[in-house]
Amino acid sequence: MTAATPSFQRARRARSVIPGFGLTMGFTLFYLSLIVLIPLAGVFFKSSQLGWDGFWHVVTHPRVLAALKLSFGAALIGALINAVFGTLVAWVFVRYRFFGKRFFDAVIDLPFALPTAVAGIALTALYSGNGWVGQFLEPLGIKVAYTPLGVILACTFIGLPFVVRTVQPVLEEAEKELEEAAASLGANRLQTIVRVILPTILPAILTGFTLAFARAAGEYGSIIFIAGNMPMVSEIAPLLIIIKLEEFDYAGASAVAVAMLGLSLFLLLLINGLQVWSRRRHGQKT
Amino acid sequence: MTADASLQDPPALPPQFRPEGPLVHRNAAISEPAWVQRILITLALLFLLGFLLLPLISVFAEALRNGWVTYKDALVEPDAIAAIKLTLLVAALAVPLNLVFGVAAAWAITKFEFRGKSVLISLIDLPFSVSPVVAGVIYIMIFGRHGWAGPWLDENDIKIVFAVPGIVLATVFVTFPFVARELIPLMHEQGTDNEQAALTLGASGWKTFWHVTLPSIKWALLYGVLLCSARAMGEFGAVSVVSGHIRGQTNTMPLHVEILYNEYQFAGAFAVASILALFALVTLALKSYLEWRHGDELAATRRH
Repeated sequence: MTAATPSFQRARRARSVIPGFGLTMGFTLFYLSLIVLIPLAGVFFKSSQLGWDGFWHVVTHPRVLAALKLSFGAALIGALINAVFGTLVAWVFVRYRFFGKRFFDAVIDLPFALPTAVAGIALTALYSGNGWVGQFLEPLGIKVAYTPLGVILACTFIGLPFVVRTVQPVLEEAEKELEEAAASLGANRLQTIVRVILPTILPAILTGFTLAFARAAGEYGSIIFIAGNMPMVSEIAPLLIIIKLEEFDYAGASAVAVAMLGLSLFLLLLINGLQVWSRRRHGQKT
Repeated sequence: MTADASLQDPPALPPQFRPEGPLVHRNAAISEPAWVQRILITLALLFLLGFLLLPLISVFAEALRNGWVTYKDALVEPDAIAAIKLTLLVAALAVPLNLVFGVAAAWAITKFEFRGKSVLISLIDLPFSVSPVVAGVIYIMIFGRHGWAGPWLDENDIKIVFAVPGIVLATVFVTFPFVARELIPLMHEQGTDNEQAALTLGASGWKTFWHVTLPSIKWALLYGVLLCSARAMGEFGAVSVVSGHIRGQTNTMPLHVEILYNEYQFAGAFAVASILALFALVTLALKSYLEWRHGDELAATRRH
């Protein structure tokens, strides 16, 4: 309803009337620099002591590469699973009525609220050879705990709410009139879903996917218990950083940290790009 | 009531003419057949059941596996009590810091126009995209023995890393955006009209914030604080790096869980974990209550 004009008006009015810009902005920048920016710059500086060759040597070491590949690969698969099932869950919650809906809706945020270490030991207990779920999977030849499969499982758990929570509001606001129009023009239900609904919620799915991916790629607590942590096989990048720290290889630790930060920053830019894109699409529609 | 009804309602159809279901199937064209709905609902609920509820239930089941006595013993043990106290202390320090920051940042960002606003918002969100372990590492690089400030801190006998200040710092980092994130969209939506009215009527800036802005953002603020404290009490990766794992001194509850688990004291580990899980459940209940009761006063995205 109020799209473009007020921001300009507000800008002109606000500058003259509302007080506290200097104080709040100053404090914001001070605190942001102190807690986030300067320490982050510090780790870049530390790894730069290695020089480009040294940095490259650390990061391309087979063990580091395997760890990065596992962290980001498992996160990717987990995020894909969440993109599919998260969209399904969001759809079911917005469109259908069933018993216990409010309860399950509240439970979806559990991975946000449950400490990662607790999630980690719980998943391990469930999926180890004598666990509730593991005892049925083991005879089938599926080993989850202490394998890369366990890492994927933990990544899926930790990223579960992201897709649901980004798709849900978009789906709620989606106009049913468009679907009715599609139906009255002769589209069958599947065509309507693929051609009308999916394009509307796709930006949200992508945003949720990226958020889940970014979160899972850096995840540590819930993974280390279930991963088994075998070098080259089920060792994740954050664990490798800790191992390097314990060996007092500070430069090496910061090099791996910088590699992870670089990948995460790239993801952050991607998220912002996706949000701008989806906002633009949304803006066009209303 | 019965007398009026006969005046208002049309006479009921004789039974043989009554239609089986509703006269018009509303939105039949834009909904799925019942069996498809049922399959999708079952799939979604099975997914949630297997991935969310089962781990939660297993925490409590494992904790009580050896009976109440071992459960209670694991919790009243001095190291466990020290861990619980430290966790609460860290949250009590970290959350107010981020609360003040969140309000200040939201005020600056939503009440004024300036260049680079979106960059600032991205920077505030940055800690969400940083691995918790990296968040711990950055403080080691600065305050650790081989860090920038390490030698100076050593000389003056100030301990930050492997002590409580480091744990608080790492917790502040990982919970950095929570409050600001809840407030920014809401305060952006509310605009500045109310504040301007108060100011033109002669209220001071501080008074305006206290009596006009704060009441309209209090629920969102509480919501942010809730998420912030849940994460602060449960943080593992970042805290694990900077804590040094000194029992009874720098062990928070999640770290205590890890130590017990690695020593194969599973019952104890799950007992402490069950307390954390209870915190999480309380958080979820409060969160749902806020969304349900005060959804309109939270940001637009929270309105379900």
